[in-house]
This record gives sequence, C-alpha cells and structure tokens, in this order.
Amino acid sequence: MKIITRAAHLLLAAAPLALAATSVSAATLDEVKEAGQLKCGIHEGLAGFAAPNSDGQWQGLDVDICRAVAAAIFGDSEKVEYIPVTGSTRFTALASGEIDMLARTTTWTFSRDTDLKNEFVGINFYDGQGFMVPKALGVSSALELDGTTICVNTGTTTELNVADYFRGKGMSYEPVPIETGAEAQQQFLSGSCDVFTGDASGLAANRATFPKPDDYVVLPEIISKEPLGPAVRHGDSEWEDIVRWSLNALISAEELGVTSKNAEELAGSLNENAEINRLLGTEGDLGAMIGLETDWAKTIITSVGNYGEIFERHVGVNTPIGLERGVNALWTEGGLLYSPPFR
Amino acid sequence: MPRTSKNISFVRTKLLDSKVPPTREKGVVLWVRKNLLSSWLNIILTAIVAYAAIHFAIGLWPWLKNGIWQASSLADCRAILADAGLGPTDGACFAVITDRWHQLLFGFYPPDLYWRPILAMLLFIGGIAPILFFSLPRSLLVFSALAPLGCFWLLWGGTLWLPLSITLGVCIGYAVLRGLEKHIAPSIAAVCALASMAFFFLFGFQPLVGFAQDSFPISIQKVASREFGGFMLGATIGLSAIVLSLPLGILLALARQSNLPLIKWSAIIFIEVIRGVPLIVWLFTAQLLLNYFLPPGTSFDLTLRVIIMVTLFAAAYIAEVIRGGLAALPKGQYEGADSLGLSYWQSTRLIVLPQALKISIPGIVNEFIGLFKDTTLVVFIGLLDPIGVARAIQATPEWNGVYWELFIFIGLLFFVVCYAMARYSLHLENSLRRDHK
Repeated sequence: MKIITRAAHLLLAAAPLALAATSVSAATLDEVKEAGQLKCGIHEGLAGFAAPNSDGQWQGLDVDICRAVAAAIFGDSEKVEYIPVTGSTRFTALASGEIDMLARTTTWTFSRDTDLKNEFVGINFYDGQGFMVPKALGVSSALELDGTTICVNTGTTTELNVADYFRGKGMSYEPVPIETGAEAQQQFLSGSCDVFTGDASGLAANRATFPKPDDYVVLPEIISKEPLGPAVRHGDSEWEDIVRWSLNALISAEELGVTSKNAEELAGSLNENAEINRLLGTEGDLGAMIGLETDWAKTIITSVGNYGEIFERHVGVNTPIGLERGVNALWTEGGLLYSPPFR
Repeated sequence: MPRTSKNISFVRTKLLDSKVPPTREKGVVLWVRKNLLSSWLNIILTAIVAYAAIHFAIGLWPWLKNGIWQASSLADCRAILADAGLGPTDGACFAVITDRWHQLLFGFYPPDLYWRPILAMLLFIGGIAPILFFSLPRSLLVFSALAPLGCFWLLWGGTLWLPLSITLGVCIGYAVLRGLEKHIAPSIAAVCALASMAFFFLFGFQPLVGFAQDSFPISIQKVASREFGGFMLGATIGLSAIVLSLPLGILLALARQSNLPLIKWSAIIFIEVIRGVPLIVWLFTAQLLLNYFLPPGTSFDLTLRVIIMVTLFAAAYIAEVIRGGLAALPKGQYEGADSLGLSYWQSTRLIVLPQALKISIPGIVNEFIGLFKDTTLVVFIGLLDPIGVARAIQATPEWNGVYWELFIFIGLLFFVVCYAMARYSLHLENSLRRDHK
C-alpha cells in the first residue's frame, strides 16, 4: 500500500512540471470571487493546525490563515471551502487548481519554491525537527541514537532531515515509515520504534496526550529549520500579494497592538500612529492597490484576531498543546516574526 | 425343526424405542469429541487455540468493561479512570464515539439534514429489495428504477426537477425504442433511441430544468459533496459503484465475447488497462490529473469523479467474473438457443445470462465486498471516509491520543455491512440451486 502511494506520489510530483505551464489561468482572484468561496488546502488532521470540532467546523492555526484571506476578499471569514490534502498530493492539488492556496504546515524549501513552482508568501510558524525517546532508553542527546529504529512520517521534509543528520554524524538508523501522526504515536507507544521524530511543536503536543507523559523525553537537539508557510501557485503575482499581505496584516496587527476587540474602536477615529490608520483603512487606500475593499485588514482582524490571538487560541500555553511563543514571538520580543511596513 | 410362527413363543409386533446413546456419543460431548479432540494433533491444536482465545479475552475484557462512555475529552476520560483507581490505559475511552459518532457516520453533512441520508438509505434498501428477493411482486421493479434518482436528490438536494427531467429523458428513449422496434430492425431502433436521448440531454435538458424550476419551484437545501464524509461517503461511493458497475460489467463481458472485432477489442483494451493499474492510481488520476485536461475554471465534482473511477474499476473486474460464468456454460446451451431461432439478445437474456450470472454470484458478491472496503482508499486523496474522519478526530485537542476505540467502531460498521452481503450471497446461491439437494 505504502509503496503504491509513494510511487503514485513520485508520478504525480512530476506531473505538474510538465503541465504547469498550460494548466492554470492567471486571475485567481476573479475565479475565487466568482466561485463565492476560497478553496483552501489544509491538513487532514494535525493538532493545533487543522482539526474539526464536534460541530464539524475546522479549527487551527493554518485554518485561521484561510479564514483571514477569505475575510480580506469577501469580508466574511466563513466563505472558505476547506479541502484536506495529504502530504503527497498537496503540491499537485495546488498546481492543478484543485485549491487556490495551501496552508498545510508546509516547509518553505528551495526546491519546493523553485522546482515545484510554488510561491511561499511568508512564514506563519517557525518549527524545527526534534526527537522524542522513552526515558527507559537512557539517552540524553541525539548523538547517542546510533543504531536505533525511528518512526518517521513519509513524504515530508522530516524524512529527509533524519537521513541527512544521521549521515552527517556517521551514525546508522532503521526507519519505520508511517503515514499519520496517530499511527506514529501508537507505534512509538507500543515500542515498534525507539525514537519518534517530527516537528518539535508536534512532539510536545503528542507527548502531552500520552498515558504517561513523564516516561518520555524530548531531546534538546533541533536538527532542522522548518519555516512553515502558506503557498500559492507560481505565476499570479496579484493573488500572491493578497495572501502575503493578509498574513502580514495578522503580524503587523499584533505589533501595532490591534486586536479583534479594539479594531473597531481604533478604526472609529484617526490614531496618532499613522500605520494603524493605514492598516485599518482610515487613512490612504491600501486595499485598492491589491483589488480589495478599504477595510480589508480590519475585517481580517475583527473576524480572526491578530497573530498573537490566533497562536494563543490554538497552540498557546493555555491549550492542551501548550507551546511557548519562543521563536514565534514578534521581533520586538525576541522572536522572528517581522512584517514589512504597511505604507 | 422348521421355524414357523407357530412354534415361536414371542413375536415383536412393534419397534423398540431407540435407546439413549451412551453419554460420550451424544450432545455436547459428542460434538466436542468429534470436532475438537478427534486426534492427538487436534487435541494439541485445540489447547493452543483455547489458551490464546482465553488469554486474549481476559486481557481485553477489563479494558472494555471499564470503558468510559461519557466524558468531554481524553484527559477527562483518564481523570475518571484515575478517580476509580485505574491507570490511564486500563479502560477504553468510548466517549470519543459518544461525542463524534455523527461525524464518523455522516462526516460534515449538516446535522439538521441527517434525515436525508437516512431516508436515502431506506429508499435504496426498498429499491433493491425487489431485485434481491424474487418472492416480491415484479411490479415493484419500477420503484427500483426510480430509487437511485430519489437517493441522488435526497443526498445532494437542489431542485426536484433535475431528477424528474432525467427520468423524462430515459422515458423518451424507452418510448422511441418500443415505438420503432416493431417497424425497423432492433439495432437501428436502439441507435435511434440513444440519439433521441442524447438530443434531449444536450439541448432540451437544461432549459427544461430551468423553466420548470422557475415556474414551479420545488427544491430542498443543496449539500456540497465536500460535506459528505464518514461512513456515508463510503456507502455513497460503494453502493453507487455497485449498482452502476454490474450492468456495465455485464455489457463488457458480453462485448468481450462479441464476434465484432471493434467491440471485442475495445472491451479487451478497456478491461486490461483498468485492471492493470492499481485503484489508488485511478483515484489520484480522478483527483489531480483530470483537472489538467478539463478546461480551466470547470470544477467537476470530486466525489462524482471518484464514483465514476471506482465504477469503471469495479466494472472491469465484474466483467471478468461474468466472463468466467459465460465460459462455464456448456456450448450446447448456446447452440440450443440458436436452434430454437432465438435472436442474439433473446438467447442472451433468456438462456445465457441467467445461467452465467448464477454461476458468477459468489464471485460478484466477493467483488462487491472488496469494492466496499476499497472505498476507504479515498482517504489518500483527501476525502474524509471513516478512516479520514477518525484521523481528523485524533487531531482535535480533545481526542488527540485516542486510537483503538475509533477503529473498533469503524471495523464494526464495515463488518455488519460486509457480513450482510456475504449472507445474502449464500441465500441467493441456495435459492437458485437447481440440482438435487
């Protein structure tokens, strides 16, 4: 089964290269407006990033990026058709026009940007790959993992990073390929593999759900950079701008102290800080420059909140996932989030 | 001395009642002796299997017995277990089923419309009953023909005039066929009927639906295919494919036996190409590659694309199963039909197919069971079948970490459906058996 899936994946990864030039027409914004909703590719199920609640509403950090873009275009964050895509089919789905944008914890890499003809519009989460082991293994550093078996997700950068890391350190390992996070948890808990590797955020989230979390430890080494960002197709810069600046609006709003609660009030009158006025559309007309309403960014913030609010709602310390802001804090607070100015 | 009745002092006039067999030759003891302990090898095997079964049951029972059915999250489940003095893995957390059963069954179908898929299922069962059970009156077959359109309308919603217009189109074709059949050759009448249907669907269909809907609007809320999910999605894909692939498969099998090279070779190429490629590749094709070939901007419904692909895939296999049945018929049957002066379609309908299908029943039902389970493959193209929904549920903050409970539930659902199909197949084989029992 897995071999077939992977073979198909390889086949399909090659397809867009041959056909991308002919497939998709330019004006994505017009198509989206005509369809009346944004087709947004999301994860089929990843804690904190995309998962359905019991009413069937998708929720998560990536889902809120989709909602932000829909709010910018339609003034209504509910006008999204969520299309779950797998790790193997996401880029083909984007290239073929099955989805208008991809917000699926996708690592921005050179080849994905250039060779696969995607445009990454920014970074909505900085992650890095780590290792988790049972305490009983008696390991305190990734350098002691020589000769272990490792549960690793297929079709992801995770798989490649482990290979690189172990080759670089001259160590050997035996991969146990798995398809989903839930399967990985089960294999790891039942002892089919000694080590569970994945994005550090995911490892912490997984560990919290284990029957005995204290029996497991996440090793200190972070072996890769995983800048996760939304992506659109190559070749439609206007559309790319809309998605990029929707994301930047979320980040700038946090920096400027605009929240879902005070955005309405701040937009009511001119503020001393002119950038707030430009962001909320009370001064100048940035919206018209990207073909949107004047209050596009205000709608984003009133309907989904700023980046900080989104983070705290889905993965922050008060959620079961319980992540600190860390590198995902604003640049003014020691993190890496930095939005170009709204001018 | 000759033995006569005179000198025999006692003649038994009625049979003795049979004696009670010895304990070891009757009842449970006999069954156990014969089936479980008939030889040393069997005794050893019985002991091993019994040990494994009991061991398994003892291990599993407390987990099931301590299962928590009411909780808001996995953490809550564990807290309840801890209050009862149990460890986090000592009891199942079936609360996930209580909380999310509706998603496992219906996906993201709007909850206030759950009656529609349920009604569609009942309609389907009602429609298929006259086909499955010969004792029901034949006139009900009209209902069977209309049921799929009713199911389609209930599941997807929209205007009632759409299925009604489809029915009208089929009726036009049928009327043309019956009307011309008596005057011209049947094959030409069939071509005329197809042409009139094509004409209707190309030119008359859209305006008619639009006009009727504008004049007498009858419609129910539309539901997008995207909102289908869970077991309902599997059933929609599986049952549509089953219903559509059988007639298609029969036609393909007949075409493959045809004397006309064009028809024969088209059928062979179709069957071999479809069978030669794994279903998952056809699904990827349906999801991704078809979009490259369609004009930009056309979004042809994904679920519909998948149903078509699965139907074609199943039809190729069914065709081969039926070809086996056709090949098993003695040549004399074909020759007998010919010597009676029956036409090709008459002999096929009256002599060949009834016998060939009877032989093929176990194979066909086997295909259908396989097909039904294969629908879970759609998870790889991002459709949320039961497994896909389970994965999504496992990713929610509340239920992250739940595993077996969801799969046990899904397994039970599939088992019930597949077992019912298998039992029906047995029933059909028995009722169609014409040899001495």
